[in-house]
Amino acid sequence: MGGWAGRLLRVNLSDGSCTVEPLRMDWARAFIGGRGLGARYFCAEVDPTIDPFSPHNKLIFATGPLTGTSASCGARYMVITKAPLNGTITTSNSGGHWGPALKFAGYDLLIIEGQAQRPVYLLIVDDQVQVRSAEHLWGKGVWETEERIREEVGLPGVRIASIGQAGENLVRFAAIMNDLHRAAGRNGVGAVMGAKRLKAIAVWGTRGVPIARPAEFLAAQWRFRQKLRASPVTGEGLPGFGTAVLVHVINESGALPVKNWQFAHMAPDETGSDAERISGETLKARYTLRNKACFACTIACGRVTRVSEDGRVRHAVLTSPRNWRAAEEGPEYENIWALGADTNVDDMDAVLKASFLCNDYGMDPISFGATLAAAMELYERGYLDDSVTGRPLCFGDADALVAFTEATALRRGFGDQLAEGAKRLCERYGHPELFMGSKGMEFPAYDARAIQGMGLGYATSNRGGCHLKGYSVKAEILGVPEKLNPRTTAGKAALQKKLQDATSSIDASGICLFVSFGAELEDLVPMLAAATGVDYTLEEVIRAGERIFNLERLWLLRAGFTGADDTLPDRLLRAPIPAGPSRGQVNRLHEMLPEYYRLRGWDETGTPTSAKVSELNLEEVFG
Amino acid sequence: MATALRIDPDKCTGCMQCELACSWVQTGRFNPAASLIKVHIFDEQAAYTPYTCFQCNEAWCMTVCPVNAIAINPVTGAKVVLEQVCVGCALCVIACPFGTAFLRPDHKATKCDLCGGEPACALACPTECITVGETSNGEEWTGRLAEQVSARFREMLEGVA
Repeated sequence: MGGWAGRLLRVNLSDGSCTVEPLRMDWARAFIGGRGLGARYFCAEVDPTIDPFSPHNKLIFATGPLTGTSASCGARYMVITKAPLNGTITTSNSGGHWGPALKFAGYDLLIIEGQAQRPVYLLIVDDQVQVRSAEHLWGKGVWETEERIREEVGLPGVRIASIGQAGENLVRFAAIMNDLHRAAGRNGVGAVMGAKRLKAIAVWGTRGVPIARPAEFLAAQWRFRQKLRASPVTGEGLPGFGTAVLVHVINESGALPVKNWQFAHMAPDETGSDAERISGETLKARYTLRNKACFACTIACGRVTRVSEDGRVRHAVLTSPRNWRAAEEGPEYENIWALGADTNVDDMDAVLKASFLCNDYGMDPISFGATLAAAMELYERGYLDDSVTGRPLCFGDADALVAFTEATALRRGFGDQLAEGAKRLCERYGHPELFMGSKGMEFPAYDARAIQGMGLGYATSNRGGCHLKGYSVKAEILGVPEKLNPRTTAGKAALQKKLQDATSSIDASGICLFVSFGAELEDLVPMLAAATGVDYTLEEVIRAGERIFNLERLWLLRAGFTGADDTLPDRLLRAPIPAGPSRGQVNRLHEMLPEYYRLRGWDETGTPTSAKVSELNLEEVFG
Repeated sequence: MATALRIDPDKCTGCMQCELACSWVQTGRFNPAASLIKVHIFDEQAAYTPYTCFQCNEAWCMTVCPVNAIAINPVTGAKVVLEQVCVGCALCVIACPFGTAFLRPDHKATKCDLCGGEPACALACPTECITVGETSNGEEWTGRLAEQVSARFREMLEGVA
């Protein structure tokens, strides 16, 4: 056997026990690993109706069979838990070096249970596992936590995943950060770690990853890599400009949400702001030091950047001392959108500062930026005033952006209300219609009125407003593998289903989703087969993806969600985009959703039929 | 002439494909802990540097070995450990000023042998940070970087004089 390590590590923080279990290989085969295998264990062990912050919630870190191998971009691990932000099952994905390290230590999965009495961190060195005191680390940011643990442990190569102050303070969109800048970012997975009083997990592994059929694997991974290199997106675009290249692309398509989705195009005469100032080209020319890759990545879309000299002295609004380091990482396109476009702050230095603060405090910049933008709209419409916010909070206020990044992570002043997320904030002030998200999670950076298929993706994503579980922008805007008209709804239901299933498979394999810009699922299958020794076919891998997506769906329905939650805010369905290239558009979800349900084999209430459940061998999951 | 690795740290992205490839050659598994080439990441300085044995002319590992278990491969010029001869005393590990000789768990010394002339790390590197060339002296190992460093050193000396 290869690919899989064949073992999982279970740590109960309530009683401090650490046990190694053999992996359920029948589950591994059917759910591949990562997002799928993690969700299978999660669904078997966690009651969907529990409170996400209770000790009964579990936190599963899952690698895939290709994590830690030389397969291009085989760096990923997934965090599976019940989300504090919105109560969905979440599968939050991160790269860097931590996931491979867990695999090298000999574990496919790490399951965290219970709740510690006092702050602790976990040290895993191959078969030695220790729960150590983290009293001295509590209250520290991610960067300092990593530095201190590395010194303490005395292993220079140790890899660390940790939470910052946001996770400790149960900010509902706190992230788990690893290798300083990489994030399992969304749904508030960091807050679950905070509730368990688990500050960090440090891993060093020397067992390595075996491969079932070595010669076959080496040939397959080499072909895969050449394919990525030959693609204009993974061979040129992403290495050249990083994800930030999308700022101009999406803005010119009229799909860049501005001012809490009141606009979808950033232009001086429409929004009083200029996308050029926060574009990928500006980031590259003025702020970028070099490219950085995650483990085994042959694309290297990461950007090492710094705040400019004059930017350092502006926005001096923080209450705690902060040294702007000479080299940090990011911001990705999503950060630039949420912190820049959605708040209408076209000041790259402020965006960089807010992004770096999010990394250090361990907080999701998408949900944070979107929540701040919702607060700005509430403020400008007079539903909120200075007596609540403590300072003016208009769109375009760079100082407010930087100040509230800190205040939210530390839950100070009005930041305490922002830390609850946009849905709770808008409901609290009587205007739930101003929440721009679905199933309680804030949307990311693509206006679904201008990209029809993305709207269906947002409405049906199992974790709420998320682009990563069916990124139809790829076909509708970027033209990969072929260009579809973003304005039409025909064929979008089939497109979303196909993408959602394929994405589930990729997320399960341990490989980065970005490979799908340059390669197809059939290019992945030979690597999976050679690594594991299981003769996977393309059909089986697609079927595994469908199985994973339906498993998450079944859990969601048991958690209390219904088909009525597969929807979008009124603004997207009824308020046409006021200006720019996509002026007049609304999302026509009603033209896509019934067909989507039908293609999925779900009934008209969005529930998988018993025929579909048994076809996917999911009957026994919930007993 | 001998085979040499040329390493240009400016091109490194820190992806560890070289470590993966090297560990594969050493152990038949993907296991960076067993790699003989190490990528050093300096986050604060935004500097990443792959580093391994540069087959120095004055090879202290070879000179110190009490049983003559390190020999020069006549084709590549690499200093290679003769496993059957090695007694695992670790003197080479202590003697190497660059920390690029190691003792394996089975108590045999190990160091970069340039994979017999086709180094796997160079083959695996996606950015041409590590390449293979011919050299007549060890200084060429770091390529452009060595030139820059020695140029800076000359400038410093001229400044003093």
